[in-house]
Amino acid sequence: MTLEKDPLNLIIAGVGGQGNILASQIVATAGIKEGLYVTVGETYGASQRGGPVMSHVRFSAQAQCGPLIPEGEADIIVGLEPIEALRIIGDYGNPKTRVIVSPRPIYPIWVLSGQAKYPPVEEVMQKLRELVGEVRVVKAIEEGETALAANVVMVGALAGSGMVPIEMKHFEDSIKEIVSPKDLDTNLRAFRKGVGLTRGKARTPAKARKRR
Amino acid sequence: MVTLELNQPGKTVLMMGNEAIARGAIEAGVDFCAAYPGTPSTEIPESLARVAERFNIYVEWSTNEIVALEAATAASLAGLRALVAMKQNGMNVCSDFLMTINLSGTNGGLVLMACDDPSAISSSNEQDSRSYARYADLPLLEPADFQEAKDMTRWAFEISEKLGLPCIVRSVTRLSHSRGNVKLGELTEKKRTAKFEGVYISGAFVAAQHAALHQKLEQVREDFESSKFNFYVGPKKAKCVIVTCGSGWLYSREAVAALGLEGRVGILKIGTTWPLPEKFIVEHLKNVTEILMVEEVDPFLEQNIKVLLAERAKTLGPIEVYGAKSGHRPPYGEMNQDKVAKALASIKGLKTKARDGKYVEKAKELLLSYIPIRMPTFCTGCPHRASMWAIKAALKLDGRDGFVTGDIGCYSLGAGPAGYFQLKTIQCMGAGIGMATGFGKLDKFGFNQPVIAVCGDSTFYHAAIPALINARVNNSNVLMVVLDNGGTAMTGFQPHPGSGCDACGRPAPTVEIENICKAIGVEVRVRDPFEISQAIHDIYELLQGEGTRVMIFRRRCFRIEAKEKLQQKYFVDQSKCIGDDCGCARFCSRVFNCPGIIWDAEAQKAKIDEMVCTGCGVCATLCPGGAIMVRGAAS
Repeated sequence: MTLEKDPLNLIIAGVGGQGNILASQIVATAGIKEGLYVTVGETYGASQRGGPVMSHVRFSAQAQCGPLIPEGEADIIVGLEPIEALRIIGDYGNPKTRVIVSPRPIYPIWVLSGQAKYPPVEEVMQKLRELVGEVRVVKAIEEGETALAANVVMVGALAGSGMVPIEMKHFEDSIKEIVSPKDLDTNLRAFRKGVGLTRGKARTPAKARKRR
Repeated sequence: MVTLELNQPGKTVLMMGNEAIARGAIEAGVDFCAAYPGTPSTEIPESLARVAERFNIYVEWSTNEIVALEAATAASLAGLRALVAMKQNGMNVCSDFLMTINLSGTNGGLVLMACDDPSAISSSNEQDSRSYARYADLPLLEPADFQEAKDMTRWAFEISEKLGLPCIVRSVTRLSHSRGNVKLGELTEKKRTAKFEGVYISGAFVAAQHAALHQKLEQVREDFESSKFNFYVGPKKAKCVIVTCGSGWLYSREAVAALGLEGRVGILKIGTTWPLPEKFIVEHLKNVTEILMVEEVDPFLEQNIKVLLAERAKTLGPIEVYGAKSGHRPPYGEMNQDKVAKALASIKGLKTKARDGKYVEKAKELLLSYIPIRMPTFCTGCPHRASMWAIKAALKLDGRDGFVTGDIGCYSLGAGPAGYFQLKTIQCMGAGIGMATGFGKLDKFGFNQPVIAVCGDSTFYHAAIPALINARVNNSNVLMVVLDNGGTAMTGFQPHPGSGCDACGRPAPTVEIENICKAIGVEVRVRDPFEISQAIHDIYELLQGEGTRVMIFRRRCFRIEAKEKLQQKYFVDQSKCIGDDCGCARFCSRVFNCPGIIWDAEAQKAKIDEMVCTGCGVCATLCPGGAIMVRGAAS
């Protein structure tokens, strides 16, 4: 098979503890099932929570890619947290980058201690829109809802958006392969919820965007 | 991981580099694995532990890296295949043994996985382990992708067995912790039984053994000449060639393509980096006039290639070498495609594909002034936050300008805002108490500051005991605080001698930290750091004493605790929280600084972030207004 853009570069950005790695593992395994070369580069050496975490997921129909996306070359960004999505743009964003982002903030400790300010979420979204080609805000969790599997909701949103050329069944098969049986139901439900949030709701058809 | 066990040769699966290494060992029929956890190596033994029963592999977490190498060598001497894995710092710990076992030799295949951490993503240094191969005269392999990680590990056992020497395989974070395509190979039917024979002593005939070692290296060099892991891609008779190894291969290939130089620049990729396959390299450099060296951290390959070029100057003629020495690549930090492309472009007088300057300026401006920095911190529920608070409070009460010497573990974050900037030194495993031992003997030079050495539980077993004995016998004036959270938390909570279970989760005997302390003869107290006022009192009281004293703060890592049992839900009763009128200066969020407690700007009161809070409840004991309570409990 061939990809419209090869390699296709995806970054999943969030905060330690949000389940970034599981999310990238599901997407990457689905890519392998699609018959692609997939490389995932992850920054998670420090096991502590609370630091920024990002996964670089790269798909190619031709060859194994290196684990790091070159500067400015992110095609898609999935942001599990608003300012973490925005943080990625400086190094990896470009005017065509497409972003799927959860609007739920997680406050850094320097914000809590009063040494820094967390900007208003709507303003963060506006900054994102000024810098990239498309921003889709996906409410992965409602206030008061448990945070578990919000990462998988975002994977569902990515799958539903059609931004990655991978069949839906490959995503679900990957989840069944990776997630432990006791958590499978929760995760499948989370995935399908995410799919529902983006499927058929593209603001701009993907093909039209490609030609721009 | 199901994929580790799959007996479907030819099937392509997604594997983490470390899983691929483990799979390579399984395909080679590994019998024995010993290791001490360390990022980025930890998942290798962990993967083997998961399938230990299925493949009859013995897997242990050893107390430290030298013990691990010694134990694995024993298995090798008994004719088994053994694997040791460690992070780069572990190479220093095991090097004493390594520098003699190279002389006396090994029997069954013995593979030493050295996992380096360029850019020190989770380390206290970014040393390049490859020099150990040259230093100890041992064969060195450097896998360049996920497939090679598996295949080279498998091959390393054969090399080791053939030579009777340990074989070193060097991985880096971006291989060990990345994932990619791996085509599975066949699983081996294991048939070995263990039997020790022969004599393995280094020391009696060192010079003769050393001579034999050099002969073995020449022998393996011949094998390396025809290895499939060394290859050339690119135009025939290219004048400019990138010489690369390990992680540099994928970066180089992409950089050449990005600059559209496939027709002009070749890539010579070396998988066997010590000893070098000299004939193979010379053959491919015959028509070359310039070389760009691409590798991570030290100019190891670069220097060895330069020696080779000097030796073969008559055949090869003058060749310009670009790399670390010439400033085309920094000899520090990790590499990436952009760095290779920049180096290549400057040599060829080309321009790299630049990003729109205005765009970058706008986006980067946000990083500087708009997006708040996110410092890593202790997890919500982490006992270290309470321990560091107790230490800070006690040192302040004491008032003699006391300070803390730090060590390696999650609590290293105590040097930053997470631990109220308490740690003033951090070096290697065990250095906290080792250095404190020295500070504690400076009284005759006018030194009168109290010294607290903090040390994790796993670190205590790994490297702190000799230093503690040293403190005791020299009557050094030091308080050691052991932060015992029940496992090796930093690397993902592997068990240690105090945990009561082994690498495969089976029950195991325990060695209690307080018993060791008592045997050494020092005063020791044990306290749950969540009993925070008593904890402060303990530290304060011990600081007033003399000689060597030990405080054990014991509470299990909350990430594990929260996984094992359902936690209570806490909330801020906003009728009791009086916000800034309280005078507590927003103690819970601003001062104690747990990320689970946020400020409700609308209500001007504290609030629990239920998405982040893990329900440890320590804030409820600290809130001066008594406003933090358990959900569902009577208020």
